[in-house]
Amino acid sequence: MAEYQHHEHDVLVIGAGGAGLRAAIEASSAGVSVGLVCKSLLGKAHTVMAEGGVAAALANVDDRDGWSVHFADTMRGGQYLSNWRMAELHAREAPDRVRELEAWGALFDRTDDGRILQRNFGGHKYPRLAHVGDRTGLEMIRTLQDYGIHQGMEVYMEHAIVALLKDGDRVVGAFGYDRERGRFRVFRAKAVILATGGIGRAFKITSNSWEYTGDGHGLAYEAGAELLDMEFVQFHPTGMVWPPSVRGILVTEGVRGEGGTLTNSEGNRFMFDDIPDLYKNQTADSPEEGWIYTQGDKEARRPPELLTRDHVARCIVREIREGRGSPHDGVYLDIAWIKEKLPNAEEHIKRKLPSMYHQFKQLADIDITKEAMEVGPTTHYVMGGVLVDADTQMSTVPGLFAAGECAAGLHGANRLGGNSLSDLLVFGQRAGRYAAEFARENENGTIDEGQVEAAVAETLAPFDRENSGENPFDIQYELQDRMQELVGIVRNEGDMQKALEVIDELRQRAQKVSVIGNREYNPGWHTALDLKFLMIVSEAVARAALERKESRGAHFREDYEDKDEEFGSINITQHRNEDGEMVINRVPVQSIREDLAAIIEENR
Amino acid sequence: MATANFRIWRGDGETGDFENYSTEIDEGMVVLDAVHQIQAESAPDLAVRWNCKAGKCGSCSAEVNGNPKLMCMTRMSDLPEDEAITIEPMKAFKTIRDLVTDVSWNYRAKEKIKPFKPRKPDAEDGTWRMDQEDIERVQEFRKCIECFLCQDVCHVLREHDLHEEFIGPRLMVHNAALEMHPLDTGDRLGDLKDDQGIGYCNITKCCTNVCPEEITITDNAIIPLKERVVGEFYDPLNRLLRIFKSKDSDEPA
Ligand SMILES: Cc1cc2nc3c(=O)[nH]c(=O)nc-3n(C[C@H](O)[C@H](O)[C@H](O)COP(=O)(O)OP(=O)(O)OC[C@H]3O[C@@H](n4cnc5c(N)ncnc54)[C@H](O)[C@@H]3O)c2cc1C
Ligand code: SF4
Ligand code: SF4
Ligand code: FES
Repeated sequence: MAEYQHHEHDVLVIGAGGAGLRAAIEASSAGVSVGLVCKSLLGKAHTVMAEGGVAAALANVDDRDGWSVHFADTMRGGQYLSNWRMAELHAREAPDRVRELEAWGALFDRTDDGRILQRNFGGHKYPRLAHVGDRTGLEMIRTLQDYGIHQGMEVYMEHAIVALLKDGDRVVGAFGYDRERGRFRVFRAKAVILATGGIGRAFKITSNSWEYTGDGHGLAYEAGAELLDMEFVQFHPTGMVWPPSVRGILVTEGVRGEGGTLTNSEGNRFMFDDIPDLYKNQTADSPEEGWIYTQGDKEARRPPELLTRDHVARCIVREIREGRGSPHDGVYLDIAWIKEKLPNAEEHIKRKLPSMYHQFKQLADIDITKEAMEVGPTTHYVMGGVLVDADTQMSTVPGLFAAGECAAGLHGANRLGGNSLSDLLVFGQRAGRYAAEFARENENGTIDEGQVEAAVAETLAPFDRENSGENPFDIQYELQDRMQELVGIVRNEGDMQKALEVIDELRQRAQKVSVIGNREYNPGWHTALDLKFLMIVSEAVARAALERKESRGAHFREDYEDKDEEFGSINITQHRNEDGEMVINRVPVQSIREDLAAIIEENR
Repeated sequence: MATANFRIWRGDGETGDFENYSTEIDEGMVVLDAVHQIQAESAPDLAVRWNCKAGKCGSCSAEVNGNPKLMCMTRMSDLPEDEAITIEPMKAFKTIRDLVTDVSWNYRAKEKIKPFKPRKPDAEDGTWRMDQEDIERVQEFRKCIECFLCQDVCHVLREHDLHEEFIGPRLMVHNAALEMHPLDTGDRLGDLKDDQGIGYCNITKCCTNVCPEEITITDNAIIPLKERVVGEFYDPLNRLLRIFKSKDSDEPA
């Protein structure tokens, strides 16, 4: 029998980003014992990188804002595929969740009258993003971390979970290892919350870190849960493109929120050329109107640079494909131009966008107060994830909850900027509350040694194999290359069929991967173990994208360029059947409550 | 493209040595890219921490040619070309493996610092009002990404190994962020003086010089804290006031 350490908690939270921390805080405050596991050190999760802000209808800057407008904006952004109940809860509860952060020590930028300042972002009708310069995620995660460590939870840093353990239908624990020493751990828990974030490492050009290998998606899938909306992967319009080693690193939408413009090699502000009907009423007619909007003029409408991300990304791809790109296959994003408008522009930019200023200065030798940046789309966020109950965040498997980026439902076909950080808070809190409740209402399950032994064997397999010459890094790189090429921003049937073949082939090669060294902090081994979940999420994205024969939100097919009415009322779910195959279902979008339908109409 | 040579520390906490590697360098590469390339080409078990690759998470701290740096923000083109580049783990902490050190002490030490304790909300809507001007100095401290490079260079920790007596510059910054927070009512001055060893800092400013977030650690955080400690404990009037204050400091906020 393999050796492992045993830990026991009422609620086990997997992931210590915004969602996991918020869930752990809530569960702790409900008086149950909580374990919190994360692959990195505490405070280093993706949430730390978020820049632009957290969306909440506080109405501090524009008193016409309110939860119903936020709700309508989210539904419109999601092309009406979002779960309306989640969109409602999110819009209603986000303001309280943000104010609560302030009570825990967060210091957001202020309005002149001393309240939380809010900024413009794409797809939000009014200035809605509470922020701290362009390091909002850092403020949020540090606040949650510093508050959380005093709530009595046990934190397991640099631990990776590789399997969920079940007792009958119910999830009753998890198996993993500590990265430092490679020791195995079995966690028994009455309820498990997945808060593992996204899948961006399945693509080559990405703003996401090594952690984003779709672990939560894969764990849930293997445990029998349903995945939802996996075809919707958000490509953020503005990532760095030069130099090559920084390709994909995010350039916050905040740059455009502060007045930054997108131009092509001909100097044309191409976003004015293509404004979708859904947004015609809300978009500026002239550059001047756009500019005064960014400076807070309430009568003005937003510039087309602040249209939703899916649309802006596609316009950029079009410019590049049609030969109007910048030298390194991007377009220009210019904030320096505002010196024509503001006397102290240089200082203003450095104050509003300090980390962008540093990022470009240090990594690309570009002074954004003087010259334009070159930018292009980068894989950023996955709208798809674990299908959960809107109110409780429980998945289709009893005892298994999910929140944050690894859960699905709120964002539909496209997420609005700033709606992720608020999602983490609102649904992290709910997951924590309901998981604690579930834990109180249910006895401990039994850990099945057989499942543990199987997980141990699978985890050690890469050491036991003869050297086959297969290197885990090569397989990961190849998967990323091919996913980018075949299931990226512009998709078609043939490419995606090809992708499925490639994934199959790579999966077989992954079975042969061998690693050297020992179990102590061994990146080769870790990368080999990550491959399984990466393959699952890649396959899920490709299959769902094949199924959706239309273009909508972040999902664009050149063989079906238009929206299709039928698909407009369908979500795609996926699960594993008993033979281990991925099964796809089309499920009708739930019909919306009347009062909410009326709100959407009012805000058309 | 040019080839660059590296000497990278390989080993666990007990033994180890520098090993030589070389790899091709492309335009714009940073040290962390080179380390990753070496990992993929010839040393798959080379241990290194990273997350954001953009100077935001503070994971990739190491000593590059003897200087404490974030590897993801150190451009290859800024390093001398004619000699091998040395990369080794931070020295103020025990090595776990290769470039990865045991920084858990920082987390344990932080937990002992009294948490944020706000005064009662005093605005009509049940929140607070704060002026931007009044929060700016605390916002400077809250830029900290917990890279622990300042801890690494502070001689009190690095040379004298006084981790039990002195919490180090990072946690001084954390204390300052709490003490100068316009809403906070906590009192940490006694702890700073006694348990956290603020007196050990002799204002060499080495910490300030390496902070990648350009936080003016010494001038803006430590010196004002030192002044507060002096004012609180060595000024006779304040000593008297303290006796009264401590009586009602237990009131809930
Ligand atoms: C550069 C950048 C900027 C962004 N800016 C914004 C913004 O301005 N506004 C906004 O709303 N959104 C923004 N986003 C999106 C947002 O930051 C993320 O969607 C969000 O932070 C995800 O939070 P999370 O809690 O779901 O996951 P994360 O914060 O990613 O945390 C995931 C956690 O799960 C752990 N984990 C993963 N797998 C395992 C495993 N197998 N075992 C144990 N632990 C595991 C990780 O270690 C980590 O602790 C941005 C994203 C990026 C990349
Ligand atoms: S100024 Fe003080 S804290 Fe900073 S390095 Fe010198 S002794 Fe250490
Ligand atoms: S104060 Fe600066 S050097 Fe120290 S941990 Fe924070 S960011 Fe790093
Ligand atoms: S990897 Fe995040 S700071 Fe270097």
